[in-house]
Amino acid sequence: MKFQVLLILGLALAGFTADLAGQQTIAIRGETIHTMARQADGQWMEPIKNGVVLIIDGKVAAVGPALAVEIPDGSRVIEAAVVTPGLIDSRSVVGLAGWLNYDHDQDQLEQSSPMQPELDARDAYNVREPLIEWVRSLGVTTLHTGHAPGQLISGQTFIVKTRGDNVDQAVLKSKAMVVCTLGSSGFGSGGKSPGTRAKQMAMIRQEFIKARSYMDKIDAAQADEEKEAPARDLRNEVLVEILRGERPLMITAHGSVDIQNALRLQKELQIKVVLEGASECYDYFDELKEQQIPVIIHPTMMRASGKGQNSSMETVAKMVAAGIPVAMGSGYESYVPKTRVVLWEAAIACAYGCPFNDALGLITASAAQLLGISDRVGSLEVGKDGDVALYDGDPFEYTSHCVGTVIDGVVVSDQPR
Amino acid sequence: MHIPSPQRSLLLLVAPLLLILLALSSNLHADSTAFIGATIYPVSGPVIEDGVMVVRDGKIESIGARSDVVIPSGATKVDSSGKTIIPGLICTHSHIGMGGGGDGSDPIQPECWTLDSVNVRSASVERARAGGLTLVNQMPGSGHLISGRTTYLKLRRGGKVDDLLIRDASGWPMGGLKMANGTNSQRAAPFPGTRAKSAALVRGAYIKAQEYRAKIEKAAGDPEKMPERDLKLEALVEALEGKRIVHHHTHRHDDILTVLRLRDEFGFQVVLHHVSDAWKVAKEIAEAKAPCSIIVIDSPGGKLEARDIQMENGMILEQAGVNVSFHTDDWITDSRLFLRSAALGVRAGMTREGALRALTLSGAEMLGLEDRTGSLDPGKDADFAIISGDPFSVYTKVLETYVEGTRVFDLSNPEHRLFAVGGRGAGEDQTYQCCGERGGQ
Repeated sequence: MKFQVLLILGLALAGFTADLAGQQTIAIRGETIHTMARQADGQWMEPIKNGVVLIIDGKVAAVGPALAVEIPDGSRVIEAAVVTPGLIDSRSVVGLAGWLNYDHDQDQLEQSSPMQPELDARDAYNVREPLIEWVRSLGVTTLHTGHAPGQLISGQTFIVKTRGDNVDQAVLKSKAMVVCTLGSSGFGSGGKSPGTRAKQMAMIRQEFIKARSYMDKIDAAQADEEKEAPARDLRNEVLVEILRGERPLMITAHGSVDIQNALRLQKELQIKVVLEGASECYDYFDELKEQQIPVIIHPTMMRASGKGQNSSMETVAKMVAAGIPVAMGSGYESYVPKTRVVLWEAAIACAYGCPFNDALGLITASAAQLLGISDRVGSLEVGKDGDVALYDGDPFEYTSHCVGTVIDGVVVSDQPR
Repeated sequence: MHIPSPQRSLLLLVAPLLLILLALSSNLHADSTAFIGATIYPVSGPVIEDGVMVVRDGKIESIGARSDVVIPSGATKVDSSGKTIIPGLICTHSHIGMGGGGDGSDPIQPECWTLDSVNVRSASVERARAGGLTLVNQMPGSGHLISGRTTYLKLRRGGKVDDLLIRDASGWPMGGLKMANGTNSQRAAPFPGTRAKSAALVRGAYIKAQEYRAKIEKAAGDPEKMPERDLKLEALVEALEGKRIVHHHTHRHDDILTVLRLRDEFGFQVVLHHVSDAWKVAKEIAEAKAPCSIIVIDSPGGKLEARDIQMENGMILEQAGVNVSFHTDDWITDSRLFLRSAALGVRAGMTREGALRALTLSGAEMLGLEDRTGSLDPGKDADFAIISGDPFSVYTKVLETYVEGTRVFDLSNPEHRLFAVGGRGAGEDQTYQCCGERGGQ
């Protein structure tokens, strides 16, 4: 087929231009540019009409109305009706979970033990996974990806750009969060513990008691040369990072009881917690605010059965109105679709009452803030990475197309989809 | 609940009156109703701006531009201006109500019937009404070569499956026959392990059915000479005689062609379902005049044989001249967002007209029900949805759904709205809980 040839050519070209990252100056003209920058008072900036985003050496060098931005000679100029920051998927398993759904491309969940915080997502990320190309062609430039929910503590996550020929080229933040699952989807298979919610909580408490004792020994050894440091322990090392507040525990919890348990764990352990999934979080806005727990909400189109049986398409609108920090992830599907597309999920949130800017924020600026990467990505502001998505109309509209994706100033996709 | 006797007798007296009032207010059978001022997509003809549709006794009485339609005196007038009316959506492949077919004992179980297992009180059925659906082909799964008989359900309100059935002239509930090839139906014996074995087993079954039919014909009505009744073979004979349409799950290009080969060998009518590789064999499908019921998934893959599925399937089949419908395969995709499947088809190049037809009239044709539903024409069942705007906009909401003139979904009704948007209490499991109003229904 002709377009397959084009695809191969396109990929080859992308690979070629990737070598030139930062070499070229790119000027993106947009009839409407949603910079997703905020004003001093925290309100979203108005979109720029007839504007230009200038990217030099992979970074945003200027953003503003066309009259105010001088485009250097020799720049590559791209035009689109609507321009947004490159999209961020705040909770993905893409790269670990592959499209074929066969053993050889499913690395998102190790079933041998309920407690494996030592699993590093970098060791399982397939940079050539076709699903990465798929979401990239729809404007996604950053993925917070890693181990799937399904074990009590199933492993770590990290943050990548959706480009690069190897994991080191892709990585934006190698240590992101640690994945924890509460509720029946985190029960052990084949009669293995945990088999109840109470057991889940007891196991987590016990594990963190051990980790705290390990941390105390390290601290004691550092304070006193006479004392010997404990032998290295990969599992405890990761949990200590959580105890020290260096990375959050991302707890996937959907039902009311499980969300209550997540809230209680945060209080008991005094750690940073990010709530993920959170179908029924609409009953706990006060607690989430008080405990400063941000939420990576389930994709709006998550199946309305099982753990999502009481999920609502209006949850995001309510969260935004209540002032809860929220971002959106594609979540995890064991069957199809092998990844959801956050652009389309945020669109449904917008259709169900979430204001446009806040809905776009779920997958750009608010996501970057929640993930701790807003110094790099999430908005089109001078000094940030040149990550841009281009559309031929309202990005949320079913019949609009993503017509281009740019990462670090490199055009990585230019076929309308 | 104990009710004191005076109140109880009053209740007994008043209840029938209330029921009658309720019947009058909630359905239109008693008199005619005119929906006035909407943009109407009849599907069978061009879009009507500022249109009028008159509904009487569950049927469409007349439809057209405001200036062309005579509104009967005494008709209830409904102001539909600013809204859009489309035919009720038809899903040619759905698992709402979770009706299943055969068990693990045999790859060929045409004697099983989803009618016996579907739960019409399921929240998934409510969600389908909220999506503007009025008719579904309730299918068993794809884990068998022949997993059973499907059931065509009109999404009337009712507490038992009988309330939703569509009956043929003889009163028999209508449905098709579910078949599958490819990897889903391949597993340990007695199931097939290869594609050739799959086809051989199907051939064997239909040859038996041909022999069974020959015996019946030879008996010429003489009960003494009739063969023993065989439920398996009866369903296959119905398929051979075109009385039961075969709905065939198939993904890979060669599996698609195998279905067409078997169809030509035995002469059953077939609708190809899913058809992930349709774009590779669109010409062959068009030449075979085989209709396709396709799905739109948000990312490719899920299994090897569905790896190459493309959103362009709708466009490519349409351009090849194939009759195309969309399906939800609910719970694979959500019936509440069925319009979205066609909208993504438009995004990938399908015409708007073709995409709307693929949600409605084409589906009716694939179920053999195009004479009674699928488009807004006088004499057809008044199956329609009132939506807030452009059928293919993300911002459009389904406001109301009507089956045979009776409103079965109303977004302004909080109980219905719960299923449309979700929230506490919208869960599937509610149906099975002991307490609370819905649990008791």
